[in-house]
Amino acid sequence: MDDILSILISKYNYWGYIILMMVGLYAMIIKKNLVKKIIGMSIMQTAIIFFYVSIGVKKNATIPIITHGHNGAADIVRASDYINPLPHVLMLTAIVVAVATLGVALALAIKIYRHYDTLEEDEIHDFLKNQAE
Amino acid sequence: MSDHFPALIIVVPLLSAFFIAAAGWIRRTLCFPIALFAMTVSLYSAIALLCEVVTEGRVIYHLGGWSPPWGIAYDIDYLNGIVLVVVAAVAFINLFATRSSVALEFPRKLGPFYALYVLFVTGLLGIVVTGDAFNLYVLLEIAALTGYALLGMGEGRAPLASLNYIFMGTIGASFYLLGIGYLYLATGSLNMADIATLLPEIYHSKVVLLAFIICMTGLFIKMALFPLHFWLPDAYAYSPSASISLIAPLTTKVMVYVMIRIALTVFTPRFSFASPTVSASFVWLAAIAIVMASIMALSQKSVKKMLAYIIIAEVGYMVGGLWLGNRNGITGAILHIINDAAMTLCVFLAAGNILFKLKQDSFDHLQGLFRKMPFSMAALVIGALSIIGVPPTCGFFSKWYLLLGGIDAGQYGFVAALIFSSLVNVVLFFRIFEIGFFESAQEHHPTGRAPIEEAPLEMLVPLMVVAALLIVLGFYTGDIVNNLIRFALPAGIA
Repeated sequence: MDDILSILISKYNYWGYIILMMVGLYAMIIKKNLVKKIIGMSIMQTAIIFFYVSIGVKKNATIPIITHGHNGAADIVRASDYINPLPHVLMLTAIVVAVATLGVALALAIKIYRHYDTLEEDEIHDFLKNQAE
Repeated sequence: MSDHFPALIIVVPLLSAFFIAAAGWIRRTLCFPIALFAMTVSLYSAIALLCEVVTEGRVIYHLGGWSPPWGIAYDIDYLNGIVLVVVAAVAFINLFATRSSVALEFPRKLGPFYALYVLFVTGLLGIVVTGDAFNLYVLLEIAALTGYALLGMGEGRAPLASLNYIFMGTIGASFYLLGIGYLYLATGSLNMADIATLLPEIYHSKVVLLAFIICMTGLFIKMALFPLHFWLPDAYAYSPSASISLIAPLTTKVMVYVMIRIALTVFTPRFSFASPTVSASFVWLAAIAIVMASIMALSQKSVKKMLAYIIIAEVGYMVGGLWLGNRNGITGAILHIINDAAMTLCVFLAAGNILFKLKQDSFDHLQGLFRKMPFSMAALVIGALSIIGVPPTCGFFSKWYLLLGGIDAGQYGFVAALIFSSLVNVVLFFRIFEIGFFESAQEHHPTGRAPIEEAPLEMLVPLMVVAALLIVLGFYTGDIVNNLIRFALPAGIA
């Protein structure tokens, strides 16, 4: 029991992102409303952004800006004093990608709404079935 | 200038996309020439790069002058040199072939269409050329997002099918991103060559195994390996024919390339093929994919939907070929990337011509088509023979290598699946030919013979070129394998 608790507590960032990701996947698989599915997709992408950002963290470290400038060679720069900025930079790109995906998905949702007058998957399938008959 | 081909191949189409979008507002007639210019530069750069790889060996380009592993490196060797030429050539030929149908389907949207077309090709070329795992993700999403838009531009059910593709595609890409995250966590690097040198020390680590599994799952979704294929048939069947003859030959093939790259370069064969049980289960998965997709293709009643299921079967060929893990199998998989791109282009262009004239492609409307459209149907026959695997068309040779690989590895289930799928393909295509050849059209003409109503010449000529290419590729298979693919295989493969 103590082992599980210690895993739960020491790796809480992973648990956080996994739970968020499962929430997103659940919404994409179970929900019948297309906009809810799109929201689920966004939640899943955000979960991965959380994961990346959380792996850059270091204890007792600060933002990666060297305050004494280029020529202040007197101070030694220790990597452990600064958090890892690379995952954050990567996630800036991933956020842009996520926004673009959301935009394309919502645009298609509008097109679907204009065509079927609904965003519920059940009703769209009924519509298609009636059309086929 | 020749030093900068790896950058030009991406930058020229990327910038052209902006100009095309602008030209769409000002003068719509300018869109096509700009797209043509971009594709020509890409094709020329791709061929020049492949020649450079052949004469001087691996080309590594430091983007922005930053040396790897800190900067993004574009890394071209035999494997992606070949795939680059395939992607650029398919995009180039397809641009000519679909000009009339684009003008017919999107008369008011020429600007957006060609901008998306060029951006899509940029994304795919970037995926192939890059040597950076995260850069690959970004370009993957560029290709995917433009692909969704191109497929969703159609009427009727296209937007719904495209939205489902977005959901599946995003899950796939997110899984890939997550896998790269774990690799970064384990190695601290994103450069593929750098990861490959850092990984062997920690091959026993569970994190590395997890990264491998998550990456592969994401890529399997992206390439539509059965049973993760649900998005593909609808998205491909309801899409405009001008976009589908670009997307169908390229998307799945480039994803197979990424799988080969991750399995052989980022992870070495020592890791990927370490456990025979794992390799064997992937091969079985591929065999099941081939058989199931072939059976589902049988139950389809329209040309494009049937072709979509054939693509899913072909993905099974390539995945199986890689995981056989021997020289013949992997040669077959890489050769099949080239051949399958060519033959998928051929059959989809032929289907596009039929749709252009008939406005629909269900089997009930194909009567008398050989008399009505003799040239398009002749090209369809050559494409079909190639997919079935009849010599001397190129499809025979890649299938031959895959069969040899299957026998070498003792994977008789995979061999049986390949033969089964060939037989099903015979049934699939000869059903169409029977309708088109022996059943005459219902309406009777006063002269007694239906007149020839072919697609316009600018659609026919590229189709004929591709059909001829299938046979030429078949004749030059030996040269392709001995001079190019032999060097694309990593050391240490029996």
